[in-house]
Amino acid sequence: MKQLVLSIRNLTIRSEGGGHAIVDNISLDVAKGEVVALVGESGSGKSTIGLSCLGLFRPGLTYVGGDIELEGSNLLGLPPRELQSLRGRRVAYVAQSAAASFNPAIKLNSQVIEPSIAHGTRSASEALDRAISLYATVRLPQPNQIGSRYPHEVSGGQLQRFMLAMGMLDAPALLVLDEPTSALDVTTQVEVLMAMKSAVSAQGTSALFISHDLPVVAQMADRVVVLRNGRIVESGPTNELLHSPKEAYTRELIAAFRKIDQKRLDISQEQDRKTVLSVQDLSAGYGGRTRAGKPSVLAVENASFNLARGEVLAVVGESGSGKTSLAQAIAGLLPRSVGSVRLHDVELSASLGGRTKDQLRRVQMVFQMADTALNPKHTIARTLERVLEHFFRLPAAQREKRIEQLLALVQLPPEIAARYPRQLSGGQKQRVNLARALAAEPDVLICDEVTSALDTIVSVAVLDLIRELKAKLGLAVLFVSHDLAAISGIADQTIVMRRGKIVEAGETAVILDRPKHPYTQLLVSSVPELRANWLQEAAPRNEALAKRIAAGV
Amino acid sequence: MNYFIQSLRRPGIVISASILLFWLVISLAGGFVLPHDPTDFISDDAFADAVGAALGTDHMGRDVASRLLAGTQLTIGMSVAAAALSHLVGVSLALCAAVNGGWIDTVSSRLVDIILSVPKIIVGLVVVAVLGPSLTVLIVMTGTVYSGGVFRIARALARDVVGLDYVRAATARGEGKLHIMMREILPNILSPLAVDFALRVSFAILFISSLGFLGLGVQPPKADWGTLVHDNISGLSSGSLAAIWPALAIASVTISLNYLVDTLSLAGENGRKQ
Amino acid sequence: MIKLIGLRLFAALATLAVLSAVIFSATEILPGDVADLQLGQYATKESTEQLRKELGITGTPIERYGRWLNGIAHGDFGKSMTTRGPVADLLEERLKNTATLAGFTALIAVPIAVLLGISMALYAGTLFERITSAVVMAFAAVPEFLVATVAVAVFAVSLKWLPAVSYVTPGLSLKALAVALVLPILTLVLHITAQIARMTKSTIANILTQPFIEMADLKGLSAWRKIAFHVGPNMAGPLANVIALNVAYLVSGVVVVETVFAYPGLARLMIDAVNGRDMPVIQACAMIFSAVYILLIFIADLSAASANPRLRKTVRA
Repeated sequence: MKQLVLSIRNLTIRSEGGGHAIVDNISLDVAKGEVVALVGESGSGKSTIGLSCLGLFRPGLTYVGGDIELEGSNLLGLPPRELQSLRGRRVAYVAQSAAASFNPAIKLNSQVIEPSIAHGTRSASEALDRAISLYATVRLPQPNQIGSRYPHEVSGGQLQRFMLAMGMLDAPALLVLDEPTSALDVTTQVEVLMAMKSAVSAQGTSALFISHDLPVVAQMADRVVVLRNGRIVESGPTNELLHSPKEAYTRELIAAFRKIDQKRLDISQEQDRKTVLSVQDLSAGYGGRTRAGKPSVLAVENASFNLARGEVLAVVGESGSGKTSLAQAIAGLLPRSVGSVRLHDVELSASLGGRTKDQLRRVQMVFQMADTALNPKHTIARTLERVLEHFFRLPAAQREKRIEQLLALVQLPPEIAARYPRQLSGGQKQRVNLARALAAEPDVLICDEVTSALDTIVSVAVLDLIRELKAKLGLAVLFVSHDLAAISGIADQTIVMRRGKIVEAGETAVILDRPKHPYTQLLVSSVPELRANWLQEAAPRNEALAKRIAAGV
Repeated sequence: MNYFIQSLRRPGIVISASILLFWLVISLAGGFVLPHDPTDFISDDAFADAVGAALGTDHMGRDVASRLLAGTQLTIGMSVAAAALSHLVGVSLALCAAVNGGWIDTVSSRLVDIILSVPKIIVGLVVVAVLGPSLTVLIVMTGTVYSGGVFRIARALARDVVGLDYVRAATARGEGKLHIMMREILPNILSPLAVDFALRVSFAILFISSLGFLGLGVQPPKADWGTLVHDNISGLSSGSLAAIWPALAIASVTISLNYLVDTLSLAGENGRKQ
Repeated sequence: MIKLIGLRLFAALATLAVLSAVIFSATEILPGDVADLQLGQYATKESTEQLRKELGITGTPIERYGRWLNGIAHGDFGKSMTTRGPVADLLEERLKNTATLAGFTALIAVPIAVLLGISMALYAGTLFERITSAVVMAFAAVPEFLVATVAVAVFAVSLKWLPAVSYVTPGLSLKALAVALVLPILTLVLHITAQIARMTKSTIANILTQPFIEMADLKGLSAWRKIAFHVGPNMAGPLANVIALNVAYLVSGVVVVETVFAYPGLARLMIDAVNGRDMPVIQACAMIFSAVYILLIFIADLSAASANPRLRKTVRA
């Protein structure tokens, strides 16, 4: 019988005021030295379980029943003082957003060694020495000096590693990792995952790894527990679960990731497509104008490409690559842009004011955050109606019919029209977003990270929808994303951006199979695959590529 | 939402709402509810307990209760009008500033900074010194003085909304600025503005009645609660409470307003957390 | 950082300049000037002109504005219409009195209010906090003259412990001064403490909702450590802001109290001047109040900005 570090029995947590169960009768164990993954989409209750392992319940949640045992002691029955002494010392938490978890007014070193000092386990100098050695373990640059900085003076990936070091300082028995890499770029994610894996295996720490990202979790977890709506769907050793899942939901989850894994198929073979959008030497940004006429802070530099009817062009890059700025410039939302953007061979003005209504109609944008893309005070019908009124001046009777058609097009039932955005799910809202763009009957559809905020299973459905619509309506689609996996299923052509410049362009299948530019190679190499030894191969590969890129490409 | 409705049943809310409702009814009922004519001299004795005068007589032998009830209309009427003016000016300016940005925003903000740089009561004193304490002057001045604060709050709210994607979508459609201000932004900032309005009414009551208390409010024969306190303050030394009743009336309204605002915003927040 | 201070200072001075113009012109827009007022129906062209010269209100508005500003720079605030003496003399004594009143009030109110506000934020939801919040809110919401009149009714009239009127004259003994000041200070303190406590509570409550505070809990830090090291540094700036704002308010808030207790301060001087339409005095008082107010708001702005380490330039590269 293996020694158990964590033992959860029949844990139930409800939302306040007698709402539904966020965590429903959950039981799970973490043995000594084991890494257990808690996988689920939003609303599965995984974060709540993670926090409860530290005895914390967020306001608005009520503990209803169940036990949590940490190293044999009943966590939930402990007096506050004792609970306090366990936190940070025997069980540590690594949050999703390191930026939010560090006090902006205090230097990093002080915050990292704080738990040790507060619990009296080490003296300040001992704690600092240990911290610095941990910095080295998690591959932070200049471990001796970097800790003297303030949080805002280091990057997101580095902050995440600081949090890891802070969590491991007192060699806790259990580390709770709550979506530790979800907020990071894929290339940074590889580094941090590697750091986590080394640190955890070096110390023999047990860990509860919470994530929605199955391939990421597969790199570190010995066992996987799949959650859905607060209940455990399935659990088992990682390889077993991945290769022979028993439950339908688990299969669906794996399929959603594996689908993205597959290589491209069914590319429409039409060779002669008419060019709809032509971009030439587009530079866009912020701030005043330089003497050359370009904006002083450039987000996009000299971008050139064509987009044809019925084609999906993916614009891929990480944060700061300029891909969103590119999309905005084409949509007219970045007036400080120079260069040429031609729609049907007519020059489009850089600002909205300079474009005709017809031009505005023909280029439509779909935004990332469905929550903020729809006016909460307008019903869906009103939102769609406004577009029809504005561009086509449709009379009322016709509007109703058209709204029904539009909703059917995005596979939503007509009853949705009378609802408000807050009554819809994330996936539904994004479909309404699409419907709104389609209502204008555009030639060009710009999708700005439209699936990035959605659960994986829902994303796949939305991507399928976009692909269908493109074929049905003959749209030209500009698909902006950081997710190579997502675009692999939908894009015919791809351009890769880095720091405002296009580094590679071509057919998606070719770019994914045989990337030429080292940065593209790095991106492709960083996409997690659904097998356990992917990370070990990817990390050294990435390191080599990073050196090549830094060496001056 | 459940949280919100549940909290509506709390005793504090019921009491506060009843008090406000009471005064609202009185101010609308006008002369119909007065036990005596407020200008009648019901007794030869000042500050005395007279028959039919629940709160005694004032410094000229008139019924304190009747004068108090009669003054309700002025106090509440002026304050609501001033608050409404402050919102009309403040919110419109804020919406323009948020949607247009650029120099319009900068100029409006600096202007408001200047308005807000003068202590309000000082403005009150200077304006009354120059223009006299007429009803219009009091309302317009109070409204203007508080429009600065309203501008700041409305602008912050509007700017938050302006950054959201649905406003960008409307802009990208080519919607005019007026549409964006009135249809996209305003409906989404109404709730916090309503809360602010209630607070402004409370501030306006305090401001106008303070001026009245200093002798710079409405002039006789009109009397609001503030001037009633001013008139009857001489009775304090002889033990008359005639000056305290109108002051308590003011307190009942301002405390009720503040309590409602505090409790309901808190409930709204908690409701939203779920 | 220096740039920040400089910019804000410039803005403050510019505001003051604009305000001086506004104050000056506001009091000058009456049709017919003070000379006409004073002479009334006995005004003839010569006598009015003569009086104008005496009162120093000849020349165009711009000239008069210039002369006024120049005078202020040299400490000369003109002549009072009522006393015919230099305004500056009146100001000196009154300013000292108001400063004493405001100063002691601030000294007492601020520490109590801040402690109260912090404890209300920390113990939010408990019975203690609910009762305290209700009481504090009541004192913050009621008109100051209510507190003042009730205080007079209770302490001066019923109990006869303290005088209803504050006879403060120069050369008063310390004990007599203290007795005269108790009620006015008490009245002010009750109101200001409530306001500062409320604002402090919401500032602290706001800080407590930050994610890094939850992180502090998750690290197992004790409550006092959390407050001292995490809330503290983030609290200093906003708190200084709150205090400065409220002291600024206090400066003019003494108006009501000075009236109720017949306290010979600057605010009462201004009220009397308003009643007597004594323009030079009104102008002078308005300028002083505005200047102090602007100065305090400037300090408030700076405190709020200085607490943010992102604005402080770090010395190392």
